[in-house]
Amino acid sequence: MVLSQFDEALLAGEEGPASQMAMRILHRMLPVFGVDRFMDVEAAHIDSTVYMGVATMEYAERLAELGAKVRVPSTLNVSGVDEHGWQEWEVPEEVAANATRQMRAYEAMGCIPTWTCAPYQTEHAPSFGQQIAAGESNVIGYYNSVIGARTERYPDLLDICAAITGRVPAAGLHLDEGRRGSVLLRLKDVPPALQEDDAFYPVLGHLIGRMAPDGIPVIEGMHVQPTKDQLKAVCAGGASSGAIALFHMVGVTPEAPTTREAFLGQEPPRVIDVGMNELRTSYRDLSTAQGEQLDMVVLGSPHFSIDEFKALAPLVKGRQKADGVDFLVTCSRTVRMIADHVGLLEPIEAFGAKITVDTCPLTSPMLPDRINNLMTNSAKYAYYSPGLLGVDVIYGRLTDCVESAIQGRVIREEGPWSD
Amino acid sequence: MERLKGSVIIQGAAEGRVLASTEPLSFWGGYDQHTGEIIDRRHPLSGENGSGRILALPFTRGSSTTTAILLESVRRGVAPAGIITDRADVFLALASVVADEMYQNAFPMVAVDPEVFAALRSGDRARILEDGILEIESGS
Repeated sequence: MVLSQFDEALLAGEEGPASQMAMRILHRMLPVFGVDRFMDVEAAHIDSTVYMGVATMEYAERLAELGAKVRVPSTLNVSGVDEHGWQEWEVPEEVAANATRQMRAYEAMGCIPTWTCAPYQTEHAPSFGQQIAAGESNVIGYYNSVIGARTERYPDLLDICAAITGRVPAAGLHLDEGRRGSVLLRLKDVPPALQEDDAFYPVLGHLIGRMAPDGIPVIEGMHVQPTKDQLKAVCAGGASSGAIALFHMVGVTPEAPTTREAFLGQEPPRVIDVGMNELRTSYRDLSTAQGEQLDMVVLGSPHFSIDEFKALAPLVKGRQKADGVDFLVTCSRTVRMIADHVGLLEPIEAFGAKITVDTCPLTSPMLPDRINNLMTNSAKYAYYSPGLLGVDVIYGRLTDCVESAIQGRVIREEGPWSD
Repeated sequence: MERLKGSVIIQGAAEGRVLASTEPLSFWGGYDQHTGEIIDRRHPLSGENGSGRILALPFTRGSSTTTAILLESVRRGVAPAGIITDRADVFLALASVVADEMYQNAFPMVAVDPEVFAALRSGDRARILEDGILEIESGS
């Protein structure tokens, strides 16, 4: 191993016991990354905030008690509790108390309390080429793919060690060579109209995660320029069904002006054609429920943006959701505040929707038992809800979700998705 | 009995019945940290229990929170006894390193070639030795 003087000093405890513990963990992990040295990062995004039981709280408190302070600007991912709104839901008091303790520990380390899984839609977003240590699978995908910042796929518990030391293994996606495409996915006969449909992007993400779970897919054949929220949906889908930490979309993402550049000048090692059949299969795979039964609509994984609130508000204005259906939007506390300030929240709350900030139902045990069938426009909610919440899911675009909530039963405009 | 050589990712010894799949898993949304049950309803091992098993998965997909789930599983005593992968998996290895740091309770991890990995069968008895040797006895 080739350690810098600074690394050695951290390991020896010269910068205090918290830095020592963080570097000890990084040092033990270095061979697992398959490299022999560390490099600097400029910022971090901390997913260790997610409360998964006493262990995650004890880990955070151990570091905080040892005096940990982050050395680089570090945004925080979602926590285990909406600390000002959890009482409206079924969150057990013990979970709320522990998750809150865990939040305080990360704040004490000097992190920026963004509490969101969409930090790229805040003023703290990184810029092209910056070296970052990010946890949270959709954030990793977005930073790498959409922004062109560079982060490896960091797990919870390691992201904070990187933030405390400012150091990461000099491996993988931090390096030019590690960002080369590994497989070319050619969209064939996918009509431009479909690419303009919001429903396309979560489905595409789910599909690339299935087709290249450990790869760097290069997607060719886009006829439209997707919005940032559509690209965010691709990231979240590909990082749920697979381990996609970086994809290139030719003519869209910053490291892929051409297919050739996405493969760093070489021929693609594999080429797969993707047509309507594959997309329809992926669309169907996102739903597990049959029939029209609907108990809840959930939007906002990753967290809803202002643009998404702008799209939702006119759809629900002057209308009323059905009594038997809960309607939940999850977002960051900042986005909620802005949405409120510009008048977007009023029609949404009048419709009967609730807003949860800082967390989501996948990371906070907030839903009542009576929820069995849940509808969402998010590939990530659709992927994880059956396992984490024990519910069946129905995937549909935003307008389907709203219309279903009004009618009190599942309604989907199948359009090009039906055979 | 078959003896196979793997690479040590986390050193240690363990034995138990194999629970194997060639499909990657996210532990968040895939492994219940209270019981050890595999809960990813789209995964071939859905409904099986990984507690005390030699869990063989090629690598982890999905969430960064896989590591947190596995750490909590160790704390609750429902983690796998040992893990076999077909590559060095950072998410799983880190859980063992932090479990050692926090609870002095690491689990061993070994990586084997993909061909060797594909031959592992649920129900086999496996022993992981300190030097990365795997001893496998057919379960049938």
